[in-house]
Parts: sequence; C-alpha cells; structure tokens
Amino acid sequence: MEYNAVTVTQLNKYLKDRFDEDENLNAILVKGEISNFKNHYTGHLYFTLKDENSLVKCIMFKSYAERLAFKPKDGMKVMVFGSVSVFERDGVYQIYVKSMLEDGMGDLHEQFEKLKSKLEEEGLFDENHKKPIPLYPKVIGVLTSQTGAVIRDIINVSTRRNPNIHIRLLPVPVQGPGAAEQIAAKIKIMNEKKLADVIIIGRGGGSLEDLWPFNEEIVARAIYSSKLPIISAVGHETDFTIADFVADLRAPTPSAAAELAVPDTYELKQKIINYKNRYRVSLKKRIELMKLRYEKCMKSRAFTDPMRKIRDTNIILDSYVQKMENKIKSIQKDSKTKFVELVTKLDTMSPLKTLTRGYSIVEKDDKIIKKSEQLKENDEINIRFSDGKRKAKIC
Amino acid sequence: MSKDNFEDSMKKLEEIAEELENGELNLDESVSKFEEGMKIAKQCNNILETAEKRISILLEKDGKIEEEDFNVE
Repeated sequence: MEYNAVTVTQLNKYLKDRFDEDENLNAILVKGEISNFKNHYTGHLYFTLKDENSLVKCIMFKSYAERLAFKPKDGMKVMVFGSVSVFERDGVYQIYVKSMLEDGMGDLHEQFEKLKSKLEEEGLFDENHKKPIPLYPKVIGVLTSQTGAVIRDIINVSTRRNPNIHIRLLPVPVQGPGAAEQIAAKIKIMNEKKLADVIIIGRGGGSLEDLWPFNEEIVARAIYSSKLPIISAVGHETDFTIADFVADLRAPTPSAAAELAVPDTYELKQKIINYKNRYRVSLKKRIELMKLRYEKCMKSRAFTDPMRKIRDTNIILDSYVQKMENKIKSIQKDSKTKFVELVTKLDTMSPLKTLTRGYSIVEKDDKIIKKSEQLKENDEINIRFSDGKRKAKIC
Repeated sequence: MSKDNFEDSMKKLEEIAEELENGELNLDESVSKFEEGMKIAKQCNNILETAEKRISILLEKDGKIEEEDFNVE
C-alpha cells in the first residue's frame, strides 16, 4: 500500500495559491485591536490584530509604514487594509497591511453604552444601594498608580485637611491590559482584610482607551460588591466612567476625592467649639430666665410688703369689730328707749302717781283696804300719802 | 471610641444643642444636658487630636499584604 503524501512545502504552497486566488482575501478591510506590536529595525511593522475571541498576525512593510499618519501601539483600535496570504516558511497566514486607520472610538462608545444600560437595569447604579461615606474615617485606602500626580494630590489634600490621617496606598495599574482585573482584585482584598474605612479609586485624565479599565464590568461589579464605601475619581471633571456610576460617591478629580473622603479637622474642631458655645449660651439663657422669674417673684407684694396682707386683714377685722360695736350700741340704745317707755308707762300706771293727785291708800297689816266693811272700830290703819305714811284709828 | 461613635457623637452634640435651645428642659435637666454635651465634645476633640499620621503602601509578598511607609517621589 502506497501513501500519497505531500511535503509540508507543497502543502503551504498549495494553501498560498488558494489564498492568493481568493478575491475576498486579496483586498480586505479588517478591524481589531493592535497587540504584540514590534517596530523592527528594518522599518517593517509586526503586530497582531485581535478582538474578544481571535487574533491574526499582521505585517506592514516599511514602504507602506512610512506613509502612516499615526504611531500604532498596543491596545489601539485600528482598521487595516491589505491582503491575506500565507507565509510559506512558517506555515502561517497573515495580513499584508498596505494601509491602516485608527478605528475611532465608535466601538468603545458602543460598548460603554451597552454595559451602562445593562448594569443600570440590574440596579448597580441604584441610589439606595450607595453606602454613606463615614464622617471621620481613620484610614483612607487609595487604589491607584504608585507613581504620578494622583497619589501625590490625594496625599497633599488629605494631609492638609487632616494632618493625622492614615493613608494606605494599594498600587494598581490604571490602564492597559489586565488593569481592570487588578483593580477588581484589589477592591476585594481591601474588603476582605478591612484595610480602610473608605476607598478612593482613581487615575488622572486620559483618552477613553486609557480610562477603559474603569469602564469594565469586572470593576463595576467589584465596586458594587464592596462593603467599604468607594469614592471614584477617574480622569477629569468631564470624564464619566461606569465606575463613577456604581461608586458610592463620584469625585470630579482625585483632589476632590480626597476632600470628600477626609474631613477638615480644623472645621470639625470649630464645629465642636461652636456646639460648646451654643451650650453655654443656652444654659446662660436658662439661668437668666430663672433669675428673671425669681426677681419677678421677689418683686411681688408677698415679698416686698409681707405686712400688707396682715394690715389688710387687720383693717377688715377692725371694721368687723366696729360693726359689732355699732350693733351692740344700737341694741343697747333700742333697749334703753324701750326701758324708758316701759318706765314711763309704769310710772303713769303706778298707784303712787295717783297719790300725788290727792288720793290715799288705806292699809291694815300691810294689806290694802279696798272696802269700809273690812274695818271695824279701833282698827289701826296706815294711810299712805304721796309723801309718806300716817297712822290712824277707826272710830 | 470608633469612627462610628465619632459620627454618632457629632449627631448627639447637635441633638443636645437643639434640646438646650428649645427651652423645654427645667434647670436641672439643662445643667445635666450641658454637662453631657461638654463631655462628648471633649471626647470628640480627643479623637481628632490623638490620631496618628501615616502614609503607607501595601505590598503583596507571597500572598501576604505587607505595609511599608510610602514616600512620594
């Protein structure tokens, strides 16, 4: 039995021919992200073009490369025009790039909007999930690059506001491949070990591509899951990232983040002094009010003229006594008048009165003799005159 | 006193100020609120003054986090 084997060279030659015959492969426009970029000393450019799932090798010869209007680099989104062919020696196919254009931001913007609405729908931006920033955090955790202006600004602003602040920097790459994963992992570490009271994640300004790690889902989810409150401070004031939407608080710049995270101890001390003053004023007022009431009390008659009541009572008492006196007097007077009346009446009715008119009363043994027959001869009698008695003998 | 307590204490200071200013407390209550407020104010001030400055960097070494002083270049 005989095998009809072809050589490797034959295979590659065959494939190259098939590729070259294909019209589609002869003039093709491909978009993707540059990686593994090498600017060879010969002037040829070697790189791979990739998207989420695949990559393809590219070569751009010096004669074409010289005409490029920009400097390609890793991570850059581009469109390349050229032909696809097989490099027979290595048995690989690659794009022979004749021209290359920056692919603009169209794709990134689209991804941004897509992720944004997806996460928004899931509730990752909900206000009621946002954690309050503590009023007086002791430890500020900072996730950013260990070099550059961001950490310096944060340290400057923080220490100016609170000279005793404790800042913990957990360095992370803030751009390029793998940055998002690192940022997410570091947020988790901060949480697991409770390394801070509040976390600032941030980086300085840059292109949309530079800021991209902060637009990635893994970072958004790490922020959302964080138990420690997170302040985002990515790029400039006008830059908004997904991280900003998920974070508990968004600061326009890293300096502003430090201001939001670190309370001004001078202000806090002033606030405390202010409270103490308010207490003093209130208590003073309270005491003055009591004093006023006391003084008002002391000004009342009961205290200023305590005898007055007694005098008043005395006056009333006196008037009662007077009334009683008057009453008694009038009763007395009435009685006297009545007495005189009676006496006068008695006087007129008195037998003695009759005597003054010339009548006499005959008495015998102290008994009044009203009839002559009561007497017999030789009886001794008394005759009562108005001015006295005389004895007489009946004959 | 922890940071939470600091925040609570600041809230308490405000409450006491309002209660005192309300004028509804009698003199004894006012005096004890005043004393309580002054005590908390002192505690808060102590917290602000006793914290210690430190700028540090956390480095991962063999899966462990180590804290070292950090100097900005």
